[in-house]
Amino acid sequence: MDDGLSSGTEAAAPIRVVLTKLGLDGHDRGIKVVARILRDAGMEVVYLGLRQTTDSIVAAAVQEDADAIGLSMHNAGHMTLAPAMLKAMAEAELEIPLVVGGIIPEDDVQSLSDAGVAVVLGPGAPSEEVVNSVRAAVAAA
Amino acid sequence: MTDRPADTTDGAGSSHDREGDEAYQAWREAYDGAKLRDVPFETMSGVPVDPVYGDGPYPGQYPFTRGVHASMYRSRLWTMRMFAGFGTAEDTNGRFKELLAAGGTGLSTAFDMPTLMGRDSDSPWALGEVGRAGVAVDTLADMEDLFADIPLDEVSTSMTINGPAATVMAMYVAVAEANGVERGKLNGTIQNDILKEYQAQKEYIYPPRPSMRIVTDMVKFTTAEMPRWNPISISGYHIREAGSTAAEELAFTLANGFAYVEAALAAGEDINDFGKRLSFFFNSHSDFFEEIGKFRAARRIWARWMKERYGATEERAMLCRFHTQTAGVSLTAQQPEINIARVATQALAAALGGTQSLHTDSFDEALALPTDKAARIALRTQQIVAHETGVTNVADPLGGAPFVEWMTDEMERQAEEIFAHLDNLGNGSILEGVYAGIENGYFVGEIADSAYRFEREVNAGNRIIVGVNDFTEGDDSNPNLLRIDGAVEEYQRKRLDTVKRDRNQAAVDDALARVTADAEDPNVNLMPSIIDAVRTYATEEEIAMAMEKVFGTYVEKAIV
Repeated sequence: MDDGLSSGTEAAAPIRVVLTKLGLDGHDRGIKVVARILRDAGMEVVYLGLRQTTDSIVAAAVQEDADAIGLSMHNAGHMTLAPAMLKAMAEAELEIPLVVGGIIPEDDVQSLSDAGVAVVLGPGAPSEEVVNSVRAAVAAA
Repeated sequence: MTDRPADTTDGAGSSHDREGDEAYQAWREAYDGAKLRDVPFETMSGVPVDPVYGDGPYPGQYPFTRGVHASMYRSRLWTMRMFAGFGTAEDTNGRFKELLAAGGTGLSTAFDMPTLMGRDSDSPWALGEVGRAGVAVDTLADMEDLFADIPLDEVSTSMTINGPAATVMAMYVAVAEANGVERGKLNGTIQNDILKEYQAQKEYIYPPRPSMRIVTDMVKFTTAEMPRWNPISISGYHIREAGSTAAEELAFTLANGFAYVEAALAAGEDINDFGKRLSFFFNSHSDFFEEIGKFRAARRIWARWMKERYGATEERAMLCRFHTQTAGVSLTAQQPEINIARVATQALAAALGGTQSLHTDSFDEALALPTDKAARIALRTQQIVAHETGVTNVADPLGGAPFVEWMTDEMERQAEEIFAHLDNLGNGSILEGVYAGIENGYFVGEIADSAYRFEREVNAGNRIIVGVNDFTEGDDSNPNLLRIDGAVEEYQRKRLDTVKRDRNQAAVDDALARVTADAEDPNVNLMPSIIDAVRTYATEEEIAMAMEKVFGTYVEKAIV
């Protein structure tokens, strides 16, 4: 099957993305699909799994020399948890883009962007949008 | 009892000779003995219809492919059980009382994420999640508020919780007994299906084996002391939502059911006793005939395994009675109103599949928790299926259709292949096979593969999702969404502080020490010490930690 994504190999060093769930939220269907989409597009994906803290995510991103962090949120806690993640990244002087995906109402997208989230991906975002927005965010960083 | 409409034919049957059909005569006798709803069983144009058509085994007859009762919805419609809960225990108590005043008898409780994970509202893990997706319960005090002034001997309560299920059930018993209602009179269901947590929903605390010890202790305790209580609702819903196919949902769910049966049998329980108290929970997704085949196959497989492999002799212990919820994952954020049509066809599939109860999702759930209006439309949707479409007049109305029978057989065939794999993994034990499949990543791997295959099909345009990858014009809607007040978190933390300050700490410490001691001895049932602990106002997290000292925690291998 050709969905137009599998052939995209990175010219330079591949983008490294840390993907994870923050807090108690266990809905991991979306993030596992995104992990494979990014990997098929030629990126290196480090999936940390469930029940991470802001500190454990920052530590992993530093250790893995990540180009971006992707957080998946499905429990309506994004307005609390995304800013907490940004704060932890700022405190560690980790200047890489934060990408947030999941059940995010349209009205919250602007607030998250204003807070410093680089990309917000809502339900049903097509694979091209996922891949291209991560590439663009990393390029702009 | 109503006057029976004239059964002008004997079913599809007008072309059959029913004289020598013993199954038909037995079905007829069961049907004639059933109470019927007081409505005309005829089409909207006035054409009388028979209660069943086609061949046997008929509804209510082993292996129950065609339904669990002879008269099905002619006697009783499915229960329209809508799942709800948010904010504080007092907020939800108010919602319960409204529901009871409106004639409802069934309460269904959603807990917030920290409660589901055995964490208190003041845990750092609870940040941003207190009271969001359900009600927050930290101590018995919250449970007292949740069920204040509700006659617990008259209602049935469904509690959707798994990891800390024993503690929450203990709180329910303690509240009832403090109000003079004996535990033996309590009627309800606790989900308590821990195996699917490792496979799909991921709300576990301990590793699988000690978790199964807790489940088995609960089965033993309820069988002995709470005969009207359903100690496990074996759930495929979450497996499907996580991305499985229909056949995987069917097979993994029933395999988990076999695992609970094997664990209870090993603990010396009588299959005819606890078998009657097991119930199921399935997803109703968008592929109409695949879903109907899945529901029919579920009944047939369960009945056959309970009888032939596990030795059940009472028919009630062979019945796969199930609740259904429409597929949340099928709802789109794009053009959200069209989700109402998706929910309607999924609800129709559940009715044609013979469900015992149904929750219909709200159209705005791809965006947020539902508003009251969206939840009302969802309820109205299943009321239309029940009261306007006529599908409730005839039991298993699609039975006998070649495609439906083939699909039922095909679902069963695919499920049996998976059972054979698990049986092999477990060297002749499905329970051991399920443990092995959890440990080696079989379940999560299969589910993730199926989810990714579906996503690629959608992305390549080989599978059309209306409003998402085709027919996308007209997405101008921006529905009003439910907002949960952030003040709940602050309120709940203060409430917990007060309870902790006012309780007798020495009594708490003693009770928790006994929970730990009982956890260390596999021959002791954990329920009595947990009930004593909740009575001291020990918190849910404290009790979880008292067992964690012995049982350890479970960390899933991160594989994609």
